[in-house]
Amino acid sequence: MQEIEKTLRSRCAELIETGVCDRVLAWDGGEFFYDNTPAVFASAEAARNIRYDCFCGANLSKYLIEKATEGKTCVLLKPCDTYSFNQLLTEHRINRDNIYVIGVGCDGMVDIDKVRAKGIKGITNVQESGEELVISTVYGEQRCAKADCLLEKCVSCKGKKHFAYDELIPEQDGQESEKNGRFDMVERLEAMSPQERFAFWQEELSKCIRCNACRNACPACSCRKCIFDNPASGVAAKANSDTFEEKMFHIIRAFHVAGRCTDCGECSRVCPQNIPLHLLNRKFIKEINQFYGEYQAGEEPDQRGPLVNFTTDDADPTAVSDKEG
Amino acid sequence: MKRLETSRINEFFDVIAAQQRLYMPLENNGSVNFGVYSQGDKYDPSALHTVKSAKDVFFPQCEAMASFVTEGKKFSVTPVAPTDENFVVFGVRACDVRGFELLDKVFLTDPVDNYYAARRSHGTIVSLVCNNPEETCFCSTFGIDAAAPAGDVIGVWTEDYLYLEAATQKGEELLALTGSLLTDGGDEEVLRRKEQTREIIKKLPLASLTTEGWGAGTLDEKFNRPEWDELSSACIACGTCTFVCPTCQCYDVRDYKAGDKVSRYRCWDSCMYSDFTMMAHGTNRPTQKQRFRQRFMHKLVYFPDNNDGEFSCVGCGRCVAKCPISMNIVKVIKAMGGKNNE
Repeated sequence: MQEIEKTLRSRCAELIETGVCDRVLAWDGGEFFYDNTPAVFASAEAARNIRYDCFCGANLSKYLIEKATEGKTCVLLKPCDTYSFNQLLTEHRINRDNIYVIGVGCDGMVDIDKVRAKGIKGITNVQESGEELVISTVYGEQRCAKADCLLEKCVSCKGKKHFAYDELIPEQDGQESEKNGRFDMVERLEAMSPQERFAFWQEELSKCIRCNACRNACPACSCRKCIFDNPASGVAAKANSDTFEEKMFHIIRAFHVAGRCTDCGECSRVCPQNIPLHLLNRKFIKEINQFYGEYQAGEEPDQRGPLVNFTTDDADPTAVSDKEG
Repeated sequence: MKRLETSRINEFFDVIAAQQRLYMPLENNGSVNFGVYSQGDKYDPSALHTVKSAKDVFFPQCEAMASFVTEGKKFSVTPVAPTDENFVVFGVRACDVRGFELLDKVFLTDPVDNYYAARRSHGTIVSLVCNNPEETCFCSTFGIDAAAPAGDVIGVWTEDYLYLEAATQKGEELLALTGSLLTDGGDEEVLRRKEQTREIIKKLPLASLTTEGWGAGTLDEKFNRPEWDELSSACIACGTCTFVCPTCQCYDVRDYKAGDKVSRYRCWDSCMYSDFTMMAHGTNRPTQKQRFRQRFMHKLVYFPDNNDGEFSCVGCGRCVAKCPISMNIVKVIKAMGGKNNE
């Protein structure tokens, strides 16, 4: 990753210096070596400070809606981020002509909460060393396997292949992942009785504090004004007043992004209460695959997803209502 | 100084819970938050921070205020009375206790908030000295000593004992209630623990953070600084920082209509939201930069302006740990703070 970071810094600086791009949308460093922030770098000098390490989990594609409105904006996209990028193009939320995509290689991003869950506290530095993370803390040095601390979305990685780019760093692209087990948990939920499943979601969603981080981070949630923010809608709510509201918000959101969700995993990554929100979306993806054939949103721009593309071969709606689980 | 064998902690909880509602940090599917204890619930002393702060106990995220019912031509209003029940909140850290004191400045000055005031007068706080401060902690920046929290009973958790000392009349009463479980304990171990905590605090990465350059009277200098553009640039406008914060106190009052009944409730609001303080003129704070600036100016400038220089941040570090894009008050303080922070 350090080699990639070095190349990215000089290449991004060069793109600004030579006038190819006006700015670069990338990640900036933080206080503790794990808290990188999405940032716009508007000069070659600034671009030499770009950070790229195993703490760049944030998907930058949604920022393009606001940051790439004029001139040319260079954006760094990991393989999974390129699906969101294509989906935003499909929905005409961003203009391809304004954007220069550098597809960056990725070997998995780390979830600092999983590191903390191992009882590692007082972190002052994190370094990657082969398959291990070397973590300096005020309580001494600790090591743990990187594979045990990956973000949920990286645990079931869709692959290392970029589906949109103008150039790649490193030049050699990776492969799609054949089997990533992303529906395993969905299948476990399906195998539950309706009561058990209801209890599972009741318990998880009761943690929701309605901070809207899931919605605001979601590249598929790009409405200019969300109905839940509109005081005149009658459903705007800043807190869940009962268990019905807790569920309503998330279920409506899952329906709204159905067929458009690329399974980028940002919703679960940003949830301060660690609610596995991606499972709702994966259920929809699994159902769509089953009824309409394998479909991956964002695999290419201008796709017509099965839910917005009527064909006479479409599954009969009763197939859904007759289905259990 | 009294002490309780930690192996008997649940007996201690049960004695309290038999008399009063008892709040404490409880785990639910991987997230620890303050909740109501019921028999058998486990307390994990290693949990430093709850996701949401302890302010919920005195200022809940959502609470009913009144209901309005129409029956034919009759119309009745039923206000919800402030609580008259005593309760205990166990396991509050020094930062959160200071948070209560800051909320007091808002809710207990004229006009007094009756709901909040009732809860404050009926609540007994058992605070705990921090054993393992985290890298996100910076309470010392605001003059808070993690080894000497305020509260009604101050606790120190060691491997074998929970040491307890009453600091107020309410605290004395709580220790009297649980007296049969307590024995007298010396303060040697307690002093050692406190010293250990203070030593760790000195070594934390944010130990040298100061509020230099911020505070009362800095509005003109800070308001139009160009740094706000860059700092707010990545903010996704969610309410995480405001909802996990122990000192954010803004709320909204709404009516919920169901058939012939209207329920009036209040719930936490967030200055990060587009309709925050929206009024008929419709021009509250139209950009995210303005909303972002409002939050930090409130904590670091406006609040000190109105409260004898006191900041309304306690350095708990929740926003630092929880912001989805890792933008937080530390970065803001540093970006426009004094030389010491460079």
